[in-house]
Amino acid sequence: MKDMQEGYTTADGRKIGGVVMEMKNITLRFGGVVAIKDISFDIRQGEIRAIIGPNGAGKSSMLNVISGFYVPSEGEVWYRGAKRPKMRPYEIAQQGIARTFQNIALFEGMSVLDNVMTGRLGHMKSGLIAQALWKGKAEAEEVANREVAERVIDFLEIQHIRKTPVGRLPYGLKKRVELARALAAEPKLLLLDEPMAGMNVEEKEDMSRFILDVNDEFGTTITLIEHDMGVVMDLSDRVVVMDYGKKIGDGTPDEVRNNQAVIDAYLGVASD
Amino acid sequence: MPDQFLFAVEVFINGLMSGVLYALVALGFVLIYKASGIFNYAQGVMALFAAMTLVGIMDGQVPFSHIINSVFGTNLHHFGWHVPALLAILLTAGVMVLFAWLVQRLVMRHLVGQEPIILFMATIGLAYFLEGVSDLMWGSEIKKLDIGLPQGGSLWIEDMTAGLGGDNFYGFFIDNLDMVATVVAALLVTGLVLFSQYTKQGRAMRAVADDHQAALSVGISLNFIWVLVWSVAGFVALVAGIMWGTKSGVQFSLSLIALKALPVLMLGGFTSIPGAIVGGLIIGVGEKMFEFAIGPMVGGATENWFAYVLALLFLVFRPQGLFGEKIIERV
Ligand SMILES: Nc1ncnc2c1ncn2[C@@H]1O[C@H](COP(=O)(O)OP(=O)(O)O)[C@@H](O)[C@H]1O
Ligand SMILES: [Mg+2]
Repeated sequence: MKDMQEGYTTADGRKIGGVVMEMKNITLRFGGVVAIKDISFDIRQGEIRAIIGPNGAGKSSMLNVISGFYVPSEGEVWYRGAKRPKMRPYEIAQQGIARTFQNIALFEGMSVLDNVMTGRLGHMKSGLIAQALWKGKAEAEEVANREVAERVIDFLEIQHIRKTPVGRLPYGLKKRVELARALAAEPKLLLLDEPMAGMNVEEKEDMSRFILDVNDEFGTTITLIEHDMGVVMDLSDRVVVMDYGKKIGDGTPDEVRNNQAVIDAYLGVASD
Repeated sequence: MPDQFLFAVEVFINGLMSGVLYALVALGFVLIYKASGIFNYAQGVMALFAAMTLVGIMDGQVPFSHIINSVFGTNLHHFGWHVPALLAILLTAGVMVLFAWLVQRLVMRHLVGQEPIILFMATIGLAYFLEGVSDLMWGSEIKKLDIGLPQGGSLWIEDMTAGLGGDNFYGFFIDNLDMVATVVAALLVTGLVLFSQYTKQGRAMRAVADDHQAALSVGISLNFIWVLVWSVAGFVALVAGIMWGTKSGVQFSLSLIALKALPVLMLGGFTSIPGAIVGGLIIGVGEKMFEFAIGPMVGGATENWFAYVLALLFLVFRPQGLFGEKIIERV
């Protein structure tokens, strides 16, 4: 952990710590397609780090590399001061990295509460025999985990749909349930792939508020992908800008906004 | 006429009891299909293998004795001990877990993401392989399985019900073994439901059955869950194997009960546990009642085809099964 630099304090007075995750020269190829080209950047403790860029830029691919769903063709991932060996996605999740998906991956057949409870699986330690025989301890554990799940449900204001099967919910609420499931894991790093995509203005405002509150109240480090420049500029501490698999900008929202390459990329998209 | 009615009731009850066994076998299919999308053709052979292993362990048979003897020129057949039924059942369950692990490790793991038809073909291969292994391990002769379950008509029920009918009615004939099988199956299903609803592993199992990506993202190992469901399916196969094996001896035909499970699945749907149970009961009762009422008019032996015709009707009029949701193609 010694090679982590000092942190900094944001304009609104939040303390940002050292580097928790560092992507070093990541390249990702799918056959002939190069989704990510030699990208490096870091994520600091407690910050909201955004990845933006036009469609197909490679943002989701980058999130998938961080969460282990994709294995980079080249490059290294450093997590909490150590190089991460090749790991499966479930092992990375068990390390405290939770995520949501661009296309929502929920357990459609289960209720909202059951979905959120799956986020607690990594915190349940009783073995199968203990659960069957030694009811007391296992039950206490179940109750404690249930409490965390309920608190997350309250926090995200979805109490009214606790018992509803997720398959019946409208899109905006599904996105919120997916966030709830990720939060229930009490992650050290939370990865959100377009949490506001497809939402109306009001839903977007709610979601922005939740993301800020999560970061503020629990100090959770968040990396999020967003398509919409405006939203990102309000939310994030630092921004990585991608275009055609390359990193074309990295810095505070203000720095990025005034970066000529970024302006060109976005203008290019607008005039397509 | 009241006699006729009472006979019909007796047939109905006996149908329910044989339906329980169909349901058990179908349950094994549903478990694996739900969790991995694999239609496990080997489920019937697993029941056969489990029953043979149980008999072999109880009798202290030396596994693979034919091979050992022909290679080393020995004449081994038995260890000379007998293992108590309960211990032998536990050991056999352990063998089924080992089998599940091997299947996952050596076969299914390498086929993740393949087309369902390829997975299905793999299980056909698995079925023939396991059949061969069973023969090599324990020999192919018909074996008697007796773990001490009561058999034969229940005199108690016969006496209790004898007074119900006229002079021709001697009371209901209900096999003790069928009653035991029903109770065991009910316990097994209750256990499975409790397991899947209230344990950590059960929750993870339901999660995997629902969405693989999402399951990974909350830290569930798919491999572990697949070994788990194959183990549970192996245990269900063991229970089914014990019941059928006790009834009609442990022999190759036991693996054919899988064919009876097929119509059950078409009725109940491939992904529904209640469907497997209700489907099994309907087919059990249906084929017995049909034979009783219509059989004499068409020369009997309707039990051979009734289930399949019923399944065919379902395929035509309600392809999603009794409990499946109606599939509407998205356009
Ligand atoms: N699993 C995959 N297989 C093949 N190509 C992929 C896969 N995932 C992403 N890609 C390709 O990588 C590029 C970047 O995609 P993606 O990361 O989804 O972009 P973004 O999230 O920025 O819209 C696209 O050209 C896409 O087609
Ligand atoms: Mg994307």
